[in-house]
Amino acid sequence: MEPQSELLKINKNEYLAQQKSKLEDALEMGLTKDEYNLICEKIDKIPNITELGIFSAMFSEHCSYKSSKKWLKTLPTEASHVIQGPGENAGVIDIGENLAAVFKIESHNHPSFIEPYQGSATGVGGILRDVFTMGARPIALMNALRFGSPDQPLTKHLVSGVVKGIGGYGNCIGIPTVGGETNFDKSYDGNILVNAMAVGLAKKDRIFYSAATGAGNPVIYVGAKTGRDGIHGATMASAEFTENSTEKRPTVQVGDPFTGKLLLEACLELMNTDAVLSIQDMGAAGLTSSSVEMASKGSLGMNLNLDLVPTREDKMTSYEIMLSESQERMLMILKPGSEEKAKSIFDKWDLDFANIGEVTNTGRLILTKHGFEACSLPLEPLVEDAPEYDKPFEIKAIKKVLKPSDLKTNLTIIDILKIIFKNPNIASKKWIWEQYDSSVMGDTIFANGDSDASLVKIHGTEKKGSFGKGLAITTDCTPRYVKSDPIIGGMQAVCEAARNIASSGAKPLAITNNLNFGNPDKKNVMGEIVGSIRGISEAASYLSTPIVSGNVSLYNETNGKSILPTPVIGMVGAIEEVENSLKISAEPDNVLIALGQSENFKAGWVGCSIYQEIINKKYDGAPPPINLENEKKVIEIILKLNEQKLLTAAHDISDGGLLTTVCEMLFKYNLGLDINLPSNLINCDSYDPLLQSWCFGEDQARIIIATKYVKKVQHVLKENNIDFFVLGETNSSSNLNLKDITTISIHEIKNLNEKTIPSMMGDQQQG
Amino acid sequence: MIVAIRKITGKTPIKIWHKEYDIPNLDLIVIPGGFTFGDYLRCGALAARSPVITSIKNHISRGGTVLGVCNGFQILIEAKILPGSLIRNKKLLFTCRETTLEVQSCIENPFLSGLKIGECLKIPVAHNEGNYFAPEDLLKQLKEEGRIALKYIKQKDNEKNYNPNGSTEDIAGILSKNGKVLGMMPHPERAMNYLHGGTDGLKFLTNCVEQIIG
Repeated sequence: MEPQSELLKINKNEYLAQQKSKLEDALEMGLTKDEYNLICEKIDKIPNITELGIFSAMFSEHCSYKSSKKWLKTLPTEASHVIQGPGENAGVIDIGENLAAVFKIESHNHPSFIEPYQGSATGVGGILRDVFTMGARPIALMNALRFGSPDQPLTKHLVSGVVKGIGGYGNCIGIPTVGGETNFDKSYDGNILVNAMAVGLAKKDRIFYSAATGAGNPVIYVGAKTGRDGIHGATMASAEFTENSTEKRPTVQVGDPFTGKLLLEACLELMNTDAVLSIQDMGAAGLTSSSVEMASKGSLGMNLNLDLVPTREDKMTSYEIMLSESQERMLMILKPGSEEKAKSIFDKWDLDFANIGEVTNTGRLILTKHGFEACSLPLEPLVEDAPEYDKPFEIKAIKKVLKPSDLKTNLTIIDILKIIFKNPNIASKKWIWEQYDSSVMGDTIFANGDSDASLVKIHGTEKKGSFGKGLAITTDCTPRYVKSDPIIGGMQAVCEAARNIASSGAKPLAITNNLNFGNPDKKNVMGEIVGSIRGISEAASYLSTPIVSGNVSLYNETNGKSILPTPVIGMVGAIEEVENSLKISAEPDNVLIALGQSENFKAGWVGCSIYQEIINKKYDGAPPPINLENEKKVIEIILKLNEQKLLTAAHDISDGGLLTTVCEMLFKYNLGLDINLPSNLINCDSYDPLLQSWCFGEDQARIIIATKYVKKVQHVLKENNIDFFVLGETNSSSNLNLKDITTISIHEIKNLNEKTIPSMMGDQQQG
Repeated sequence: MIVAIRKITGKTPIKIWHKEYDIPNLDLIVIPGGFTFGDYLRCGALAARSPVITSIKNHISRGGTVLGVCNGFQILIEAKILPGSLIRNKKLLFTCRETTLEVQSCIENPFLSGLKIGECLKIPVAHNEGNYFAPEDLLKQLKEEGRIALKYIKQKDNEKNYNPNGSTEDIAGILSKNGKVLGMMPHPERAMNYLHGGTDGLKFLTNCVEQIIG
């Protein structure tokens, strides 16, 4: 009789979990035949079901980055201000005064489509844990959301659920959600994107890392209990969707923001002592990835007794415990002898605290359950031998340059402007933002579109006569540009993010990126990945904003249809005195000046613009080219002008072009403006394609500033050889006049801007 | 809230743990906002049964002063220290935004006595359950006893959404019978500087502290 028959009496499912696997099991867990054979060869045995489950999680795209790793390695990740680049729970940069900003963005796309509230809530919870695991107190949350077509019935349900979920977690845990972007496109009908970003603050010399240290040291499990939720979530997140994907609801985790808050406070309190040697949150692939990564980063091993893991449900098997993605859990290595002190802190916060094993120097992960060895795996193959694919790719770029005269229309400038502000991609997201608590913690300066970047002040840096330092944060990507030309699109996302940071008055410092794409087995999708990474690398190097953390989400396809390529850039910048920050709203009697736009600028870039789509009903043509030198110049000059306190407001020109940007600057105070036009456009009528392209073209590297000191500003601009065009002086008329060609009522446009999203969501009472 | 009080008084207020029974004699107890126990049950329902509530009730019976803000107001209601209920916002959505409050004519109390009746304060709200509801007889009683302290008020005649949660008669804050306990949904501690939220919260809290502590 085999000894395991004893186990069969104790727990039948555990017995099954310890049986030898077959190829079919591997295929079912999302591994390929080659990968299964590689595993058997590397570990020199046939893995049991638990061991195979651990491999499948570690080899999933989500954990191993197997399709993208080759290209991710090419991203610029270093600079003098980088303390920790990619590879840890979050990136860390030096922001002076012995302070560090800790931040990361992460996707929760698949779960949010299946269960929008819990999917997005746990996305927020997960990214917060990534940040406080490093010893940082989270101070701001951001997000980048992409939904399907507004007229698709499911969209409303998904928007409503995701927004509630993001608010549900962030509001409850008490960390302000200060901004982000929300866009709509039919390519996301079956695959929405929910990318959440968290920014935290730590002392530069008190950063915590995940590498395990010291054989014999205790391995401690803290936080919530382990349940059967989210089992194999990482594998689910690495597969394409089919019509039956909603059947995967049990693989979505359930969030508990209150326990998250307790865990945050307990961890930070413990980190104030000298007890913690290393710490890692249990995110994707739960206890598997945390134990494997901690042990392998420390070149050590780990023995865990799974009977000691606090569980929520009876008779959980080793397989279930290792692959559960229950939320609000952490794994720590403590200094021997500090267990009692640590436990008292977790007792105070009513959280589980369990000593579940020890660090070893065997280089193996050994798990026991009911006294039997449930798993014995060498760590090296789990991490080092994870496959790295060089998948074939083709970077396709549209080269056709559309001319304004290619776009014939019977729409006037006012007609077009109205269509633009009726587009939920441009319209005010106030309806969404009001559901997020943006002012909790009391340090928010700008949230939700008050400025091009959101801004929080850094508590404790106040000086005499100043509120102190601030962090500026933005998330950006223009997927239609990436689709048309992945390299330019990648560059543009970085440049727009940097422009947004600079337009708030802060200096751009570093990036976290969230690369969302379709199925990498398709050549053109792989081309989008490779091309946009190339573009991001080039722009990030040029602007000295290295990538310090990030996440990749592939297989965003349903029934073979891929999303628009969406490499989201989350950027962080810093400002020395927050009272010098810039909002987007101009004040009365300000002069508006377009920086980066020459007097000779007569025809705007129409290819791939919102304007072009309005005329042609689909995007066409090459996207606006990127000139990195000009981008850098416009960023540097705006910071210079702001340092001299010459500016009232700034807003970068992006979606919808110059006229859209001007309107947004006039909305808050209902201002008017008699806008100057280049001489060749003065005699045009409102249907003229050339004039329309000037109004709505999306040429890059431009920022509109508002100033009270025109002469001084012009002097500085000339001195620095910056192209600029004076648009005119704001007045209280609330009319935007284009010479005698047309008069636009700012009231009317503002009204449209504010009504679009509420009416899309069926909320008619806004106003 | 701690930062706000420290800014006004120059002193760091004492924090009281929810499991504590014994609390010292205090000038003012503030129950701040938050999500006690996640508010998975009715907001404030579990917190209202925390050990510390007994001590707060004792403090009140000794004539002590209590300010409850947002979740603090919800807890005071659940603990039956203040009457009525706070139900889900009318639109069933969490709402974070600025509101304008009007100081009401009410009984003598230490929170508003330095402010003028009819004075407007811009103070933000951020809540999911701030829709104050009282049956008619209670409402009548509150009015007669002068216990309605703060109301949301229109700034323009045609303003539709000045009341962020649909509360009965635009009520934003109410007082206890003796005027020593104030519960309010808006967050004065979030309107402490001109950079964000304005300074009306600073004005409100400074007045409270001056009236209570002197």
